[in-house]
Amino acid sequence: MKMKEIASVIRSKNSGPYELTMDLMFPNDDVFEKVVASNVISRERIAEIYQLKAEEVLSIVIFPKARAIKATIVRPMASGALGERDVYGAQQHAPLMDLEVEL
Amino acid sequence: MKPEFKILSPSGIVGYGFPEASFLAGVAKKPDLIACDAGSTDPGPYYLGSGIPFTNASAVKRDMTFMLKAACELGIPLVIGSAGGSGATPHLEREVGIVREIAKEQNLSFKMAVISAEFDPKFVLEEHRAGRLKPLGAAPDCTEDDILQSTHIVGQMGIEPIMAALKDGAQVVLCGRCYDPAAFSAPAILKGYDKALATHMGKILECAAIAATPGSASDCMMGYLGEDYFRVEPLNPDRKCTPLSVSAHTLYEKSDPCLLPGPGGVLDLHECDFVAETERMVRVTGSKYIKNPNTIKLEGCKVAGYRTISICGNRDSIFISQLDDIIEGVKRRTRENLSADFDYSLDFIVYGKNGVMGALEPQQNITSHEVGIVIDAVAATPEQSAAVCSVARSTMLHYGYPGRIATAGNLAFPFSPSDVKVGAIYTFSVYHLLETEDPESLFPRTVIEFKEGDEV
Repeated sequence: MKMKEIASVIRSKNSGPYELTMDLMFPNDDVFEKVVASNVISRERIAEIYQLKAEEVLSIVIFPKARAIKATIVRPMASGALGERDVYGAQQHAPLMDLEVEL
Repeated sequence: MKPEFKILSPSGIVGYGFPEASFLAGVAKKPDLIACDAGSTDPGPYYLGSGIPFTNASAVKRDMTFMLKAACELGIPLVIGSAGGSGATPHLEREVGIVREIAKEQNLSFKMAVISAEFDPKFVLEEHRAGRLKPLGAAPDCTEDDILQSTHIVGQMGIEPIMAALKDGAQVVLCGRCYDPAAFSAPAILKGYDKALATHMGKILECAAIAATPGSASDCMMGYLGEDYFRVEPLNPDRKCTPLSVSAHTLYEKSDPCLLPGPGGVLDLHECDFVAETERMVRVTGSKYIKNPNTIKLEGCKVAGYRTISICGNRDSIFISQLDDIIEGVKRRTRENLSADFDYSLDFIVYGKNGVMGALEPQQNITSHEVGIVIDAVAATPEQSAAVCSVARSTMLHYGYPGRIATAGNLAFPFSPSDVKVGAIYTFSVYHLLETEDPESLFPRTVIEFKEGDEV
Protein backbone atom coordinates (compact mmCIF):
# COMPACT_ATOMS: atom_id res chain seq x y z
CA MET A 1 0.00 0.00 0.00
CA LYS A 2 1.02 3.57 -0.44
CA MET A 3 1.90 5.56 2.67
CA LYS A 4 -0.78 8.17 1.87
CA GLU A 5 -3.44 5.46 2.10
CA ILE A 6 -2.53 4.48 5.66
CA ALA A 7 -1.07 7.58 7.36
CA SER A 8 -3.28 10.23 8.99
CA VAL A 9 -0.61 12.94 8.71
CA ILE A 10 2.35 13.29 6.34
CA ARG A 11 3.97 16.73 6.58
CA SER A 12 7.22 18.65 6.40
CA LYS A 13 8.32 21.91 7.98
CA ASN A 14 11.44 23.85 8.89
CA SER A 15 12.93 23.08 12.26
CA GLY A 16 14.84 26.34 12.38
CA PRO A 17 16.39 27.83 9.21
CA TYR A 18 18.91 25.00 8.66
CA GLU A 19 16.90 21.82 9.19
CA LEU A 20 13.82 20.26 7.66
CA THR A 21 11.69 17.83 9.64
CA MET A 22 9.12 15.35 8.34
CA ASP A 23 6.33 13.85 10.46
CA LEU A 24 4.29 10.76 9.68
CA MET A 25 1.40 9.91 12.01
CA PHE A 26 -0.88 6.90 11.95
CA PRO A 27 -4.53 6.39 12.90
CA ASN A 28 -4.06 3.41 15.27
CA ASP A 29 -1.40 1.46 17.14
CA ASP A 30 -1.69 -1.54 14.83
CA VAL A 31 -0.81 0.37 11.65
CA PHE A 32 1.83 2.42 13.49
CA GLU A 33 3.58 -0.66 14.84
CA LYS A 34 3.51 -2.39 11.46
CA VAL A 35 5.02 0.63 9.73
CA VAL A 36 7.74 0.86 12.40
CA ALA A 37 8.44 -2.87 12.06
CA SER A 38 8.67 -2.59 8.26
CA ASN A 39 11.57 -0.12 8.72
CA VAL A 40 10.40 1.75 5.62
CA ILE A 41 11.42 5.08 7.20
CA SER A 42 15.10 4.46 7.77
CA ARG A 43 18.09 6.74 7.58
CA GLU A 44 19.21 5.04 4.33
CA ARG A 45 15.77 5.23 2.75
CA ILE A 46 15.33 8.95 3.54
CA ALA A 47 18.81 9.67 2.16
CA GLU A 48 17.93 7.79 -1.02
CA ILE A 49 14.57 9.53 -1.54
CA TYR A 50 15.93 13.03 -1.02
CA GLN A 51 19.29 12.29 -2.69
CA LEU A 52 21.29 13.09 0.43
CA LYS A 53 24.44 11.75 2.02
CA ALA A 54 23.71 9.50 5.01
CA GLU A 55 25.11 12.09 7.43
CA GLU A 56 22.68 14.71 6.08
CA VAL A 57 19.86 12.68 7.61
CA LEU A 58 20.15 14.00 11.16
CA SER A 59 17.73 11.73 12.98
CA ILE A 60 14.88 9.28 12.75
CA VAL A 61 12.73 9.34 15.89
CA ILE A 62 9.94 6.90 16.75
CA PHE A 63 7.40 8.61 19.03
CA PRO A 64 4.73 6.09 20.14
CA LYS A 65 2.76 8.62 22.26
CA ALA A 66 1.64 10.37 19.09
CA ARG A 67 1.92 7.23 16.90
CA ALA A 68 4.46 9.19 14.91
CA ILE A 69 7.73 8.74 13.04
CA LYS A 70 9.89 11.81 12.56
CA ALA A 71 12.79 12.25 10.14
CA THR A 72 14.99 15.34 10.22
CA ILE A 73 17.36 16.29 7.40
CA VAL A 74 19.77 19.12 6.65
CA ARG A 75 18.12 21.76 4.44
CA PRO A 76 19.67 22.06 0.96
CA MET A 77 20.40 25.69 1.90
CA ALA A 78 19.54 28.02 4.76
CA SER A 79 15.92 29.13 4.61
CA GLY A 80 15.55 31.98 2.11
CA ALA A 81 19.11 31.72 0.75
CA LEU A 82 19.85 31.84 -3.00
CA GLY A 83 18.32 28.82 -4.74
CA GLU A 84 15.51 28.49 -2.17
CA ARG A 85 12.34 26.72 -3.34
CA ASP A 86 10.27 26.48 -0.16
CA VAL A 87 10.97 29.06 2.56
CA TYR A 88 8.75 27.37 5.17
CA GLY A 89 9.71 23.85 4.08
CA ALA A 90 6.03 22.91 4.08
CA GLN A 91 5.94 21.06 0.71
CA GLN A 92 8.88 18.68 0.96
CA HIS A 93 6.83 15.74 2.22
CA ALA A 94 5.39 14.61 -1.12
CA PRO A 95 7.81 11.75 -1.97
CA LEU A 96 6.87 10.09 1.35
CA MET A 97 3.21 9.89 0.27
CA ASP A 98 3.95 7.40 -2.48
CA LEU A 99 6.27 5.12 -0.47
CA GLU A 100 5.17 1.49 -0.72
CA VAL A 101 4.56 -0.15 2.67
CA GLU A 102 4.02 -3.87 3.22
CA LEU A 103 1.51 -4.27 6.05
CA MET B 1 -1.97 23.05 47.73
CA LYS B 2 -1.08 26.03 45.58
CA PRO B 3 -4.00 27.41 43.58
CA GLU B 4 -3.75 26.81 39.84
CA PHE B 5 -1.95 29.48 37.82
CA LYS B 6 -4.23 30.18 34.86
CA ILE B 7 -2.86 31.47 31.56
CA LEU B 8 -4.86 32.73 28.60
CA SER B 9 -3.09 32.38 25.24
CA PRO B 10 -5.16 34.29 22.69
CA SER B 11 -3.26 33.63 19.46
CA GLY B 12 -0.26 31.80 18.01
CA ILE B 13 1.21 35.08 16.79
CA VAL B 14 0.15 38.60 17.79
CA GLY B 15 -1.60 39.79 14.64
CA TYR B 16 -2.89 36.37 13.50
CA GLY B 17 -6.20 37.15 15.24
CA PHE B 18 -8.67 35.14 17.36
CA PRO B 19 -12.47 34.94 17.68
CA GLU B 20 -13.78 37.47 20.18
CA ALA B 21 -16.04 34.81 21.76
CA SER B 22 -13.06 32.55 22.53
CA PHE B 23 -11.12 35.45 24.05
CA LEU B 24 -14.07 36.50 26.24
CA ALA B 25 -14.55 32.89 27.37
CA GLY B 26 -10.92 32.96 28.48
CA VAL B 27 -11.29 36.28 30.29
CA ALA B 28 -14.35 34.86 32.11
CA LYS B 29 -12.08 32.16 33.59
CA LYS B 30 -10.22 34.92 35.45
CA PRO B 31 -6.71 34.19 34.17
CA ASP B 32 -3.62 35.15 36.21
CA LEU B 33 -1.76 36.04 33.01
CA ILE B 34 -2.40 36.81 29.37
CA ALA B 35 0.60 35.93 27.24
CA CYS B 36 1.17 35.81 23.52
CA ASP B 37 4.16 34.99 21.40
CA ALA B 38 4.78 36.93 18.20
CA GLY B 39 7.98 35.44 16.89
CA SER B 40 9.14 33.07 14.20
CA THR B 41 12.06 32.60 11.82
CA ASP B 42 9.76 30.63 9.51
CA PRO B 43 8.99 33.48 7.11
CA GLY B 44 12.69 33.57 6.31
CA PRO B 45 15.57 36.02 6.73
CA TYR B 46 13.96 39.11 5.13
CA TYR B 47 12.01 40.26 8.18
CA LEU B 48 14.83 40.17 10.70
CA GLY B 49 17.31 41.52 8.17
CA SER B 50 15.18 44.43 6.98
CA GLY B 51 13.64 45.30 10.37
CA ILE B 52 10.17 45.04 8.82
CA PRO B 53 7.60 43.01 10.79
CA PHE B 54 5.89 40.13 8.96
CA THR B 55 2.62 40.92 10.73
CA ASN B 56 0.24 43.65 9.68
CA ALA B 57 0.09 46.73 11.98
CA SER B 58 -3.71 47.04 12.03
CA ALA B 59 -4.10 43.30 12.76
CA VAL B 60 -1.59 43.62 15.62
CA LYS B 61 -3.47 46.65 16.96
CA ARG B 62 -6.76 44.75 16.94
CA ASP B 63 -5.27 41.81 18.90
CA MET B 64 -3.31 44.04 21.28
CA THR B 65 -6.39 46.17 22.06
CA PHE B 66 -8.27 43.12 23.34
CA MET B 67 -5.29 41.92 25.37
CA LEU B 68 -4.35 45.30 26.89
CA LYS B 69 -7.93 46.16 27.88
CA ALA B 70 -8.49 42.74 29.46
CA ALA B 71 -5.18 42.84 31.36
CA CYS B 72 -6.01 46.30 32.75
CA GLU B 73 -9.57 45.31 33.69
CA LEU B 74 -8.43 42.11 35.43
CA GLY B 75 -5.32 43.75 36.93
CA ILE B 76 -3.09 40.95 35.62
CA PRO B 77 0.19 40.92 33.67
CA LEU B 78 0.35 40.79 29.88
CA VAL B 79 3.58 39.43 28.39
CA ILE B 80 4.32 39.61 24.66
CA GLY B 81 7.25 37.56 23.34
CA SER B 82 9.31 38.42 20.22
CA ALA B 83 7.39 41.63 19.48
CA GLY B 84 6.98 42.42 15.82
CA GLY B 85 7.89 38.88 14.75
CA SER B 86 11.68 39.03 14.70
CA GLY B 87 12.15 40.98 17.93
CA ALA B 88 14.90 43.40 16.85
CA THR B 89 14.73 47.09 17.79
CA PRO B 90 12.65 48.32 14.79
CA HIS B 91 10.11 45.52 15.34
CA LEU B 92 9.90 46.33 19.03
CA GLU B 93 9.53 50.05 18.29
CA ARG B 94 6.58 49.48 15.97
CA GLU B 95 4.79 47.52 18.71
CA VAL B 96 5.60 50.20 21.33
CA GLY B 97 4.01 52.73 18.97
CA ILE B 98 0.90 50.56 18.66
CA VAL B 99 0.66 50.20 22.46
CA ARG B 100 0.94 54.00 22.81
CA GLU B 101 -1.96 54.49 20.38
CA ILE B 102 -4.12 51.93 22.18
CA ALA B 103 -3.33 53.33 25.65
CA LYS B 104 -4.36 56.78 24.44
CA GLU B 105 -7.52 55.67 22.62
CA GLN B 106 -8.69 53.41 25.45
CA ASN B 107 -7.58 55.71 28.28
CA LEU B 108 -5.55 52.95 29.93
CA SER B 109 -3.21 53.10 32.93
CA PHE B 110 -0.35 50.63 33.29
CA LYS B 111 3.40 50.33 33.69
CA MET B 112 5.17 48.70 30.73
CA ALA B 113 8.68 47.26 30.48
CA VAL B 114 10.21 47.11 27.01
CA ILE B 115 13.05 44.57 26.83
CA SER B 116 15.59 44.90 24.03
CA ALA B 117 17.02 41.79 22.38
CA GLU B 118 19.20 43.53 19.79
CA PHE B 119 22.91 42.65 19.98
CA ASP B 120 25.66 44.94 18.72
CA PRO B 121 27.65 43.12 15.99
CA LYS B 122 30.87 44.42 17.61
CA PHE B 123 29.95 42.70 20.89
CA VAL B 124 29.08 39.49 19.01
CA LEU B 125 32.42 39.66 17.18
CA GLU B 126 34.30 39.90 20.50
CA GLU B 127 32.40 36.89 21.83
CA HIS B 128 33.15 35.02 18.59
CA ARG B 129 36.85 35.80 18.91
CA ALA B 130 36.74 34.65 22.54
CA GLY B 131 35.32 31.29 21.42
CA ARG B 132 31.96 31.71 23.13
CA LEU B 133 29.88 31.27 19.95
CA LYS B 134 28.93 27.85 18.59
CA PRO B 135 26.89 27.20 15.43
CA LEU B 136 23.52 25.68 16.28
CA GLY B 137 22.53 22.30 14.84
CA ALA B 138 23.15 22.09 11.10
CA ALA B 139 24.06 25.79 10.81
CA PRO B 140 27.55 26.60 9.50
CA ASP B 141 30.02 28.67 11.47
CA CYS B 142 30.08 32.35 10.58
CA THR B 143 32.95 34.55 9.44
CA GLU B 144 33.85 37.86 11.05
CA ASP B 145 32.37 39.56 7.96
CA ASP B 146 29.08 37.69 8.43
CA ILE B 147 28.84 39.18 11.91
CA LEU B 148 29.92 42.71 11.00
CA GLN B 149 27.72 42.86 7.89
CA SER B 150 24.62 41.73 9.80
CA THR B 151 21.91 44.40 9.67
CA HIS B 152 20.34 42.94 12.83
CA ILE B 153 21.42 40.35 15.36
CA VAL B 154 18.99 39.33 18.09
CA GLY B 155 19.35 37.03 21.06
CA GLN B 156 16.50 34.87 22.37
CA MET B 157 15.97 35.92 25.96
CA GLY B 158 14.94 33.31 28.51
CA ILE B 159 12.84 33.84 31.63
CA GLU B 160 15.32 36.00 33.59
CA PRO B 161 14.75 39.42 31.96
CA ILE B 162 10.96 38.92 32.06
CA MET B 163 10.99 37.93 35.73
CA ALA B 164 13.16 40.97 36.52
CA ALA B 165 10.71 43.27 34.72
CA LEU B 166 7.72 41.81 36.59
CA LYS B 167 9.56 42.02 39.94
CA ASP B 168 10.20 45.64 39.10
CA GLY B 169 6.44 46.22 38.96
CA ALA B 170 5.75 46.13 35.22
CA GLN B 171 2.24 44.98 34.35
CA VAL B 172 2.86 44.81 30.61
CA VAL B 173 6.11 43.30 29.34
CA LEU B 174 6.94 43.79 25.68
CA CYS B 175 9.89 41.57 24.81
CA GLY B 176 12.25 41.67 21.88
CA ARG B 177 13.29 38.25 20.56
CA CYS B 178 12.32 35.72 23.17
CA TYR B 179 12.36 31.93 23.65
CA ASP B 180 8.75 31.17 22.77
CA PRO B 181 7.61 29.51 26.04
CA ALA B 182 9.29 32.15 28.26
CA ALA B 183 6.49 34.71 27.94
CA PHE B 184 4.19 32.09 29.50
CA SER B 185 6.52 30.39 31.96
CA ALA B 186 8.43 33.35 33.45
CA PRO B 187 5.47 34.80 35.45
CA ALA B 188 4.55 31.32 36.75
CA ILE B 189 8.14 30.44 37.72
CA LEU B 190 8.39 33.80 39.51
CA LYS B 191 5.37 32.69 41.58
CA GLY B 192 7.17 29.48 42.53
CA TYR B 193 5.66 27.02 40.06
CA ASP B 194 7.70 24.11 38.69
CA LYS B 195 10.01 25.17 35.87
CA ALA B 196 9.65 21.99 33.81
CA LEU B 197 5.83 22.03 33.87
CA ALA B 198 5.67 25.81 33.33
CA THR B 199 8.03 25.56 30.35
CA HIS B 200 6.20 22.59 28.84
CA MET B 201 2.84 24.31 29.25
CA GLY B 202 4.37 27.45 27.68
CA LYS B 203 5.60 25.35 24.78
CA ILE B 204 2.03 24.24 24.09
CA LEU B 205 0.34 27.58 24.77
CA GLU B 206 2.71 29.62 22.60
CA CYS B 207 1.03 28.06 19.55
CA ALA B 208 -2.43 28.83 20.99
CA ALA B 209 -4.97 26.31 19.64
CA ILE B 210 -2.60 24.48 17.27
CA ALA B 211 -2.39 21.65 19.84
CA ALA B 212 -6.19 21.22 19.70
CA THR B 213 -8.15 19.32 17.09
CA PRO B 214 -9.05 20.86 14.71
CA GLY B 215 -5.94 22.94 15.30
CA SER B 216 -5.56 26.66 14.73
CA ALA B 217 -2.97 29.35 15.42
CA SER B 218 -5.80 31.90 15.34
CA ASP B 219 -7.85 30.73 18.30
CA CYS B 220 -7.46 30.85 22.08
CA MET B 221 -6.16 28.24 24.53
CA MET B 222 -6.27 28.15 28.29
CA GLY B 223 -3.63 26.54 30.49
CA TYR B 224 -3.98 25.67 34.19
CA LEU B 225 -0.70 25.06 35.97
CA GLY B 226 -0.81 23.11 39.25
CA GLU B 227 1.98 21.99 41.56
CA ASP B 228 2.71 18.70 39.82
CA TYR B 229 0.61 18.78 36.65
CA PHE B 230 -0.89 21.13 34.10
CA ARG B 231 -4.06 21.07 32.05
CA VAL B 232 -4.83 22.63 28.67
CA GLU B 233 -8.13 23.24 26.91
CA PRO B 234 -9.20 25.25 23.86
CA LEU B 235 -11.70 28.05 24.48
CA ASN B 236 -13.67 27.51 21.29
CA PRO B 237 -16.29 24.76 21.88
CA ASP B 238 -15.75 23.56 18.29
CA ARG B 239 -12.23 22.39 19.21
CA LYS B 240 -10.92 19.92 21.73
CA CYS B 241 -7.59 18.86 23.18
CA THR B 242 -7.01 15.10 23.16
CA PRO B 243 -3.96 13.24 24.48
CA LEU B 244 -3.06 12.55 20.84
CA SER B 245 -3.45 16.17 19.67
CA VAL B 246 -1.39 17.52 22.58
CA SER B 247 1.39 14.92 22.41
CA ALA B 248 1.50 15.20 18.61
CA HIS B 249 2.01 18.95 18.96
CA THR B 250 5.42 18.36 20.57
CA LEU B 251 6.55 17.07 17.15
CA TYR B 252 5.71 20.30 15.39
CA GLU B 253 8.68 22.23 13.97
CA LYS B 254 11.04 20.35 16.30
CA SER B 255 13.79 17.86 15.49
CA ASP B 256 13.23 15.67 18.57
CA PRO B 257 9.82 15.53 20.30
CA CYS B 258 11.21 14.35 23.64
CA LEU B 259 14.19 16.65 24.17
CA LEU B 260 13.42 20.32 23.62
CA PRO B 261 16.42 22.59 24.19
CA GLY B 262 16.05 26.18 25.36
CA PRO B 263 18.17 28.82 27.08
CA GLY B 264 19.81 27.29 30.14
CA GLY B 265 18.36 23.82 29.85
CA VAL B 266 16.52 21.06 28.04
CA LEU B 267 12.90 20.08 28.53
CA ASP B 268 12.82 16.28 28.81
CA LEU B 269 9.45 14.77 27.89
CA HIS B 270 10.42 11.09 27.89
CA GLU B 271 8.45 10.38 31.08
CA CYS B 272 5.52 12.59 30.20
CA ASP B 273 1.93 11.41 30.47
CA PHE B 274 -0.93 12.93 28.52
CA VAL B 275 -4.34 11.94 29.94
CA ALA B 276 -7.84 13.06 28.93
CA GLU B 277 -9.38 14.88 31.88
CA THR B 278 -12.58 15.69 30.02
CA GLU B 279 -13.54 15.29 26.38
CA ARG B 280 -11.85 18.60 25.64
CA MET B 281 -9.15 18.93 28.30
CA VAL B 282 -5.81 17.14 28.67
CA ARG B 283 -3.81 16.73 31.87
CA VAL B 284 -0.03 16.49 31.55
CA THR B 285 2.42 15.20 34.16
CA GLY B 286 6.02 14.05 34.26
CA SER B 287 7.78 16.86 32.36
CA LYS B 288 11.41 17.21 33.47
CA TYR B 289 13.99 19.94 33.13
CA ILE B 290 17.69 19.21 32.66
CA LYS B 291 19.76 22.22 33.60
CA ASN B 292 22.63 23.18 31.27
CA PRO B 293 25.09 26.07 31.21
CA ASN B 294 23.35 29.31 30.21
CA THR B 295 23.30 29.94 26.49
CA ILE B 296 21.53 32.51 24.35
CA LYS B 297 20.49 31.67 20.81
CA LEU B 298 21.62 34.38 18.41
CA GLU B 299 19.99 35.02 15.03
CA GLY B 300 21.46 37.46 12.55
CA CYS B 301 20.80 38.38 8.93
CA LYS B 302 22.69 40.34 6.31
CA VAL B 303 21.95 41.66 2.81
CA ALA B 304 22.45 38.96 0.15
CA GLY B 305 21.90 41.28 -2.82
CA TYR B 306 19.06 42.85 -4.78
CA ARG B 307 16.44 40.81 -6.59
CA THR B 308 14.41 41.30 -9.78
CA ILE B 309 12.07 38.54 -10.96
CA SER B 310 10.01 37.82 -14.04
CA ILE B 311 7.12 35.34 -14.02
CA CYS B 312 6.26 33.55 -17.25
CA GLY B 313 5.13 30.23 -18.71
CA ASN B 314 5.51 27.95 -21.70
CA ARG B 315 3.16 25.42 -23.33
CA ASP B 316 5.24 24.28 -26.30
CA SER B 317 6.16 20.57 -26.14
CA ILE B 318 9.29 21.05 -28.28
CA PHE B 319 10.53 23.86 -26.00
CA ILE B 320 9.70 21.86 -22.85
CA SER B 321 11.57 18.80 -24.15
CA GLN B 322 14.77 20.87 -24.39
CA LEU B 323 14.27 23.07 -21.36
CA ASP B 324 17.49 22.18 -19.48
CA ASP B 325 19.63 22.96 -22.54
CA ILE B 326 17.67 26.14 -23.25
CA ILE B 327 18.21 27.40 -19.69
CA GLU B 328 21.96 26.72 -19.95
CA GLY B 329 22.05 28.54 -23.29
CA VAL B 330 20.15 31.54 -21.94
CA LYS B 331 22.49 31.74 -18.94
CA ARG B 332 25.53 31.69 -21.24
CA ARG B 333 24.08 34.28 -23.64
CA THR B 334 23.07 36.54 -20.75
CA ARG B 335 26.60 36.44 -19.33
CA GLU B 336 28.01 37.38 -22.74
CA ASN B 337 25.59 40.28 -23.11
CA LEU B 338 26.37 41.89 -19.77
CA SER B 339 29.37 43.90 -18.71
CA ALA B 340 32.09 41.68 -17.25
CA ASP B 341 32.08 43.46 -13.88
CA PHE B 342 28.45 42.43 -13.16
CA ASP B 343 28.33 40.28 -10.02
CA TYR B 344 25.10 38.27 -10.06
CA SER B 345 23.31 34.97 -9.69
CA LEU B 346 20.69 33.92 -12.27
CA ASP B 347 18.25 31.14 -11.45
CA PHE B 348 15.29 29.68 -13.37
CA ILE B 349 12.66 28.16 -11.12
CA VAL B 350 10.63 25.77 -13.28
CA TYR B 351 7.19 24.80 -11.95
CA GLY B 352 6.12 21.56 -13.57
CA LYS B 353 9.66 20.20 -13.24
CA ASN B 354 11.21 20.75 -9.80
CA GLY B 355 9.94 24.22 -8.83
CA VAL B 356 8.79 23.09 -5.39
CA MET B 357 11.55 20.71 -4.31
CA GLY B 358 14.63 21.79 -6.30
CA ALA B 359 17.59 19.57 -5.43
CA LEU B 360 15.40 17.34 -3.21
CA GLU B 361 13.04 16.40 -6.09
CA PRO B 362 13.30 12.67 -6.86
CA GLN B 363 11.24 12.85 -10.09
CA GLN B 364 13.51 14.05 -12.89
CA ASN B 365 11.37 14.17 -16.04
CA ILE B 366 8.68 16.69 -16.92
CA THR B 367 5.23 15.13 -17.45
CA SER B 368 3.23 18.36 -17.58
CA HIS B 369 1.83 19.93 -20.76
CA GLU B 370 2.93 23.37 -19.53
CA VAL B 371 5.60 24.81 -17.25
CA GLY B 372 5.76 27.95 -15.14
CA ILE B 373 9.09 29.76 -15.01
CA VAL B 374 10.32 32.33 -12.52
CA ILE B 375 13.43 34.12 -13.72
CA ASP B 376 15.28 35.12 -10.56
CA ALA B 377 18.13 37.64 -10.86
CA VAL B 378 20.06 38.58 -7.72
CA ALA B 379 22.91 41.05 -8.09
CA ALA B 380 25.11 43.41 -6.12
CA THR B 381 22.97 46.47 -6.95
CA PRO B 382 19.28 47.00 -7.81
CA GLU B 383 20.28 48.33 -11.26
CA GLN B 384 22.39 45.28 -12.05
CA SER B 385 19.66 42.89 -10.96
CA ALA B 386 17.13 44.69 -13.20
CA ALA B 387 19.57 44.48 -16.12
CA VAL B 388 20.28 40.78 -15.57
CA CYS B 389 16.57 39.95 -15.36
CA SER B 390 15.77 42.04 -18.42
CA VAL B 391 18.50 40.49 -20.59
CA ALA B 392 17.69 36.94 -19.42
CA ARG B 393 13.97 37.45 -20.04
CA SER B 394 14.38 38.86 -23.56
CA THR B 395 17.01 36.24 -24.42
CA MET B 396 14.73 33.40 -23.34
CA LEU B 397 11.73 34.96 -25.13
CA HIS B 398 13.49 34.89 -28.50
CA TYR B 399 15.94 32.03 -27.96
CA GLY B 400 16.39 29.83 -31.04
CA TYR B 401 16.60 26.16 -30.11
CA PRO B 402 16.88 23.11 -32.40
CA GLY B 403 13.57 22.15 -34.02
CA ARG B 404 11.83 25.40 -33.01
CA ILE B 405 8.64 25.97 -35.04
CA ALA B 406 6.98 28.62 -32.82
CA THR B 407 9.18 31.45 -34.02
CA ALA B 408 7.28 34.45 -32.59
CA GLY B 409 8.19 34.05 -28.93
CA ASN B 410 8.88 31.33 -26.32
CA LEU B 411 7.25 32.78 -23.23
CA ALA B 412 3.76 33.74 -22.04
CA PHE B 413 3.81 36.65 -19.56
CA PRO B 414 0.77 37.13 -17.31
CA PHE B 415 1.79 40.67 -16.38
CA SER B 416 2.91 43.91 -17.95
CA PRO B 417 5.36 45.08 -16.70
CA SER B 418 6.90 41.65 -16.85
CA ASP B 419 9.73 42.33 -14.40
CA VAL B 420 9.20 42.92 -10.68
CA LYS B 421 11.80 44.71 -8.58
CA VAL B 422 11.85 42.96 -5.21
CA GLY B 423 14.59 45.12 -3.65
CA ALA B 424 17.11 44.05 -1.03
CA ILE B 425 17.05 40.42 0.03
CA TYR B 426 18.71 38.92 3.08
CA THR B 427 20.32 35.72 4.25
CA PHE B 428 20.91 34.23 7.68
CA SER B 429 24.42 35.20 8.74
CA VAL B 430 24.46 34.18 12.42
CA TYR B 431 22.63 31.20 13.94
CA HIS B 432 24.66 30.43 17.01
CA LEU B 433 24.56 29.71 20.71
CA LEU B 434 26.31 32.26 22.89
CA GLU B 435 27.65 31.08 26.23
CA THR B 436 26.95 33.57 28.96
CA GLU B 437 26.95 33.85 32.72
CA ASP B 438 24.54 36.74 32.58
CA PRO B 439 21.25 35.86 30.88
CA GLU B 440 19.52 38.94 32.37
CA SER B 441 21.55 42.08 31.74
CA LEU B 442 22.29 41.20 28.09
CA PHE B 443 18.67 42.28 27.61
CA PRO B 444 18.35 45.87 28.88
CA ARG B 445 14.90 47.24 29.57
CA THR B 446 13.19 50.60 29.62
CA VAL B 447 10.01 51.43 31.48
CA ILE B 448 7.09 53.47 30.18
CA GLU B 449 4.21 54.37 32.47
CA PHE B 450 0.76 55.32 31.22
CA LYS B 451 -1.82 57.18 33.35
CA GLU B 452 -5.24 57.39 31.72
CA GLY B 453 -3.68 57.10 28.31
CA ASP B 454 -0.89 59.63 28.81
CA GLU B 455 2.76 58.81 29.25
CA VAL B 456 4.08 59.97 32.62
